[in-house]
Amino acid sequence: MHRIISKKKIAEDIFRIVLEAPAVAAKRKAGQFVVLRPEETSERIPLTIFDSDEGKGTITIIVQVVGKTTRKIASLGEGESLLDVAGPLGNPTHVERKGNIAVVGGGVGTAVAYPVAKAFKEAGNDVIGIIGARTKDLIILEDEMKAITSELFITTDDGSYGRKGFVTDALKDIIEKNPIAEVLAVGPVPMMKAVCNLTKQHNIETMVSLNPIMVDGTGMCGACRVTVAGKTRFTCVDGPEFNGHEVDFDELTKRLKGYSDMEKHYIGHKGCNLENKV
Amino acid sequence: MKEKHDRQKMPEQKPSERIKNFKEVPFGYTEELALNEASRCLECKKPMCVKGCPVNVPIPDFIKLVKEGKFAEAARKIKEANSLPAICGRVCPQEDQCEKLCVIGKMSKPVAIGALERFVADYEREKGDITIPKVSGKTGRKVAVVGSGPAGLTVAGELAKKGHEVTIFEALHKPGGVLVYGIPEFRLPKKIVESEIDYVKQLGVKIVTNAIIGKSATVSELLEGEFDAVFIGSGAGAPKFMNIPGENCVGVFSANEYLTRSNLMKAYRFPEYDTPIPRGGVVAVVGGGNVAMDSARTALRLGAEKVVILYRRSREEMPARIDEIHHAEEEGIEFHFLVNPIKFICDEHGKVQEVECIKMKLGEPDDSGRKRPVKIDNSEFSVKIDTVVIAIGNDPNPLIQKTTPGLEVNKWGNIVSGKESGKTSIERVYAGGDIVTGSATVIEAMGAGKIAAGAIHKFLMDEK
Repeated sequence: MHRIISKKKIAEDIFRIVLEAPAVAAKRKAGQFVVLRPEETSERIPLTIFDSDEGKGTITIIVQVVGKTTRKIASLGEGESLLDVAGPLGNPTHVERKGNIAVVGGGVGTAVAYPVAKAFKEAGNDVIGIIGARTKDLIILEDEMKAITSELFITTDDGSYGRKGFVTDALKDIIEKNPIAEVLAVGPVPMMKAVCNLTKQHNIETMVSLNPIMVDGTGMCGACRVTVAGKTRFTCVDGPEFNGHEVDFDELTKRLKGYSDMEKHYIGHKGCNLENKV
Repeated sequence: MKEKHDRQKMPEQKPSERIKNFKEVPFGYTEELALNEASRCLECKKPMCVKGCPVNVPIPDFIKLVKEGKFAEAARKIKEANSLPAICGRVCPQEDQCEKLCVIGKMSKPVAIGALERFVADYEREKGDITIPKVSGKTGRKVAVVGSGPAGLTVAGELAKKGHEVTIFEALHKPGGVLVYGIPEFRLPKKIVESEIDYVKQLGVKIVTNAIIGKSATVSELLEGEFDAVFIGSGAGAPKFMNIPGENCVGVFSANEYLTRSNLMKAYRFPEYDTPIPRGGVVAVVGGGNVAMDSARTALRLGAEKVVILYRRSREEMPARIDEIHHAEEEGIEFHFLVNPIKFICDEHGKVQEVECIKMKLGEPDDSGRKRPVKIDNSEFSVKIDTVVIAIGNDPNPLIQKTTPGLEVNKWGNIVSGKESGKTSIERVYAGGDIVTGSATVIEAMGAGKIAAGAIHKFLMDEK
């Protein structure tokens, strides 16, 4: 059992939860995830480890309520427990000193982008951040991102906060003004696809962190398979980060919707307005 | 010599009934049937049946106890050699092992050893009469076992009985490995698996779930830490795909995923359980082994209108147990032999609609001794389907091999270990089961576990 130490609502339906998981905290590196199950009847769901504290034996996760299992997690209060936490899973981000790194977080994807951005910052890179969402209320982790970036740009689809437009609009300006060694983009699939289309034109190496449907998370079932550079890869053991220029995003979109008529909550992110654009 | 009884058949659910539920198909013997069947055993002085058993269950001895009506004692007799009799009584291919060598089998049908094993194990459990054998004095030695499937449970149980302190590390949230995620409820009820795992725990074995060796800790760390030896029984983990176009269409599953959803995650009880699985429509299962049969029969119970097995060789080469093939046929599953998928076709939403197949013929025997299937040119045809389950075997999961420097593997990525000892290329590290042999049976993994347990025990005691 994994006790919830603290729980804070950071946006509508989005919660920041610190929970006991000493074995995970001891091993975890940026870019890795856990598979969680709040109770016996729940699904196994993958969630990125947002932060960890080895001394306290805790990890932090950011949960967005999108379906039954995430709703259950969000319904638990401080002092209550999750049944299972398995991890750390997936490969850690390959972090090295490269120069200027642009990190793009869309919606709750910012929670995945943050630990990687932090790792790049700690490795001596200059990190420029962009976070975007449909509307002001869905912008999360602004202060955290500000603390580790030299510049932080915010975009909202409706213009209610920051610049009106998409993250790609901000990224375009950044690329024009700065030499960017690498872009990391995490968010809804249409956002990652749009970012990759843009960076491909500028020949900038771009990593994306994928969030397909998973079951075991250890390479045993193949539910999370994606096509990368024409080859089938398992996100759980070969990823979760891949070269964005090689990912078949259209296939990923279709596979993410595979259960939408049975259960909406399989789709990792809420609707994205970029979807209509790309 | 005229036999008093014919081989006693286990009563079972009618096919028309059972395809509507996930309950176990056979009901098991009654006491009367068990006594009748036991009376057929000749109690050979040099029993051949025992030689056919990978864990050398004292078969005539336990059957003698059945004849005397000492059913719980019979179960305990089996447990001297095998901690999981209710499981083995259900899923062992006895027809290829103990029963194949039964002397009676030469004149008529062999003694139904598996059915008797199942009966006594169920009797002991249902009567709540399970006793824990005396465990030898504590040796103070510690063994880590990676994986809680048949191999791991056997190693753990055997070493615990000898007084060693054993901890099993299981990657999933429930122990049992393939017994829990792979084999369906209607063939192996999960409460029986739980009960036999409880027995292993009562022998003193500690089980840690959600512990992915290679990630949460490496084998080297286990050795550097508190453990004197490590046994790797991580199973045949990674599903094989066919590498044909359209295989990533929505609705195409590996058997591992399909069965894990249904068995481990209990998707067959959706929406009571949250994990979904597609139901209904036409389901095609690719493959001819037990896993293919399990997938096909699961699909039927999930409400499929029609289930077809696509197998690239002929009936004779099917690796599935004959009983399972019969059960599948009785339930109305269609078998299409000598066909192989070459392409999956999906609609604009990526949902699979059709499978394009090609007809095959049998050529020269291959490495496995079975005739190699060869494509017949211009014989392509299509079948409309809604769901596909690919059950063509597994490759070893590379997680442990990748994170354990110096661990020798073969060209397929299986861990190399000694047949007589389970010893790997690394001192104090042993391995057995599917991670060594590739996909095989529950009892073969248990046999390997038993051998490794013997070698580990010897090593721990010699070193002392």
